[in-house]
Amino acid sequence: MSTITIDKAGPTRKVKKYGSISRDRAWALRWSYFFLVLFAIFSLTPPLYMLITSLKSSAEISAATNPWWVYHPTLENYIGLLTSNQFLRFFWNSAWVSIIVVTITMLISVPAAFALARMKFWGSATLATGVFLTYLIPDTLLFIPLFKMFVLIGDWTGIQLINRWYVLLFIYPTLTVPFCTWIMIGYFASIPKELDEAAIIDGASWFQTLTRIFIPVALPGLIAATIFAFTVSWAQFLYPLVFTTSTDQLVLPVGIITTLIKGDVFNWGQIMTGALLGAAPPLIIYAFLMDYYIAGLTAGATKG
Amino acid sequence: MADVALHPNRVPATKATRRRNGLHNALRRKSTVAFLMTLPLILLVAAFVIYPALYSLHLATLNKSMTKFIGLGNFEFLFKRDTFWLVVKQSCIFAISAVIFKALIGFIVAHFVHNVPANKQRRWRGMLLVPWVIPPAMSTLAWLWLFDPSYSAFNYTLSFFGIGPIPWTGDANWARFSVILVNVWYGAPFFMIMYLAALKSVPEQLYEAAAIDGANWWQRIWYVTLPMMRNIIAITTLFSLIVTFANFDIVRILTAGGPLDHTHIFATWAFRVGIEGSDIPLGASVSLFMVPILAVAAIFILRDISKRGNEA
Repeated sequence: MSTITIDKAGPTRKVKKYGSISRDRAWALRWSYFFLVLFAIFSLTPPLYMLITSLKSSAEISAATNPWWVYHPTLENYIGLLTSNQFLRFFWNSAWVSIIVVTITMLISVPAAFALARMKFWGSATLATGVFLTYLIPDTLLFIPLFKMFVLIGDWTGIQLINRWYVLLFIYPTLTVPFCTWIMIGYFASIPKELDEAAIIDGASWFQTLTRIFIPVALPGLIAATIFAFTVSWAQFLYPLVFTTSTDQLVLPVGIITTLIKGDVFNWGQIMTGALLGAAPPLIIYAFLMDYYIAGLTAGATKG
Repeated sequence: MADVALHPNRVPATKATRRRNGLHNALRRKSTVAFLMTLPLILLVAAFVIYPALYSLHLATLNKSMTKFIGLGNFEFLFKRDTFWLVVKQSCIFAISAVIFKALIGFIVAHFVHNVPANKQRRWRGMLLVPWVIPPAMSTLAWLWLFDPSYSAFNYTLSFFGIGPIPWTGDANWARFSVILVNVWYGAPFFMIMYLAALKSVPEQLYEAAAIDGANWWQRIWYVTLPMMRNIIAITTLFSLIVTFANFDIVRILTAGGPLDHTHIFATWAFRVGIEGSDIPLGASVSLFMVPILAVAAIFILRDISKRGNEA
């Protein structure tokens, strides 16, 4: 008799307990969703508000109707900006600077990372640490001496660098190269040694080992580094603000802020459209390559 | 590469061949090749990072027209100005409170995302990371418009709850709050992603063991999650401290230091003094004040990273 009751009691107690755990989990899940929705609203409000405002005419904006709703959607802001030579000029300047900087960054940082990860030489460990330290030096510390440096170079050699967009090609790599080198060292170091040893035994030179073995194997890291370099060059604001002033030399972020804000008159419809178009390239890349983007972001601190 | 280039020269005089072989061997030597591969990196860093950093030390000792050496005169001048102390105070308030809130929000949100079923995490992570992806100069413009004195969409919404118009960027304390809010909005996703990656690396067995021992959720976080994530939390926080302390874009666009210099931090004030006020030496001296804090943070980061390296 007693054994039967125990048998009966066992399962029921078990079922009850599972039920309470799953109920707890369900509540935890509901709360998680609730707060995630709140945080998502917080995160997405500014970009959505950009979109809402960009679809309004200036008359609707100044009429101060419900700011969260578009009553008469119009594309006039987009048409206005995309047919303005000035805005297109900013866009092309930004695009050229970013593309060239990404190329320079990859050409410098991939061989350097390869050498630092695989070919131990005198001072290579120190250099790797130095690269990481360089990454920690912010742009705000260097813009004044750099400005003075370029003015002096202009005075001595007659090469005008201040107020030319190509000066940014020298400066942006200082922001992108250290980080890209750092994460590429991490990716290269994770490749098994046997792979490149086999290549060397088969008679491959170091250069061939890099291009035939390391670059294909570490391609995800390479994509992450490229995305990072592009995002940083596209978003950089301080250096172009300091080094370029005339409107045909400006890149997009500075261009929008200095030309669309005229004194106290804010043409908000156009400003928001410009901001949205300026945010579009990184957002599009992010939408398609989110996993690489996140890999690059976390690699900086988790590998090393 | 070297092989191919040297082949045509193999036929002529033997002496030349031997000398070229010397070069050839040097090129084949690992250390030489490695040095050449890192040379562009070294040159770039030396010319555009190390040299300007040292040059700013020199600049800071010159007078305004940069003709005379005045030693520590710029620093003496700064210490006597009230604005300078305001900037020091605001930089510390801004950086510390922004980093604390970013870390807290990042930690909490990472847990919520971690709770959600794995197949839906990607979508939430994608949405929550958007602030980090938009160039800060562009998103700050949106915030500026949300904070607009007469058309503020926030004040419009708050008016339904009977909360009067808030001078988001007009009043000193509200402006301080606004720049911190925007910085938290921009930086919290970074913490969220880092913590989420760290959370995923905590072995599930530890939680099971804790649950068997009867730990409640708070004890699980305090005794399992936090110790396991300690390193990532330290590195992320220190890293963010550097970036936040050196911030420029957000403050510059949102308030440009106003009202009455109350939201200036080192970077924006250095820009105002050095570039807009064309007193380059004084601007260089102002930005040099960032160095001590950056150096301390950098030392701790390096220590943590080398510790990780030893453990692995």
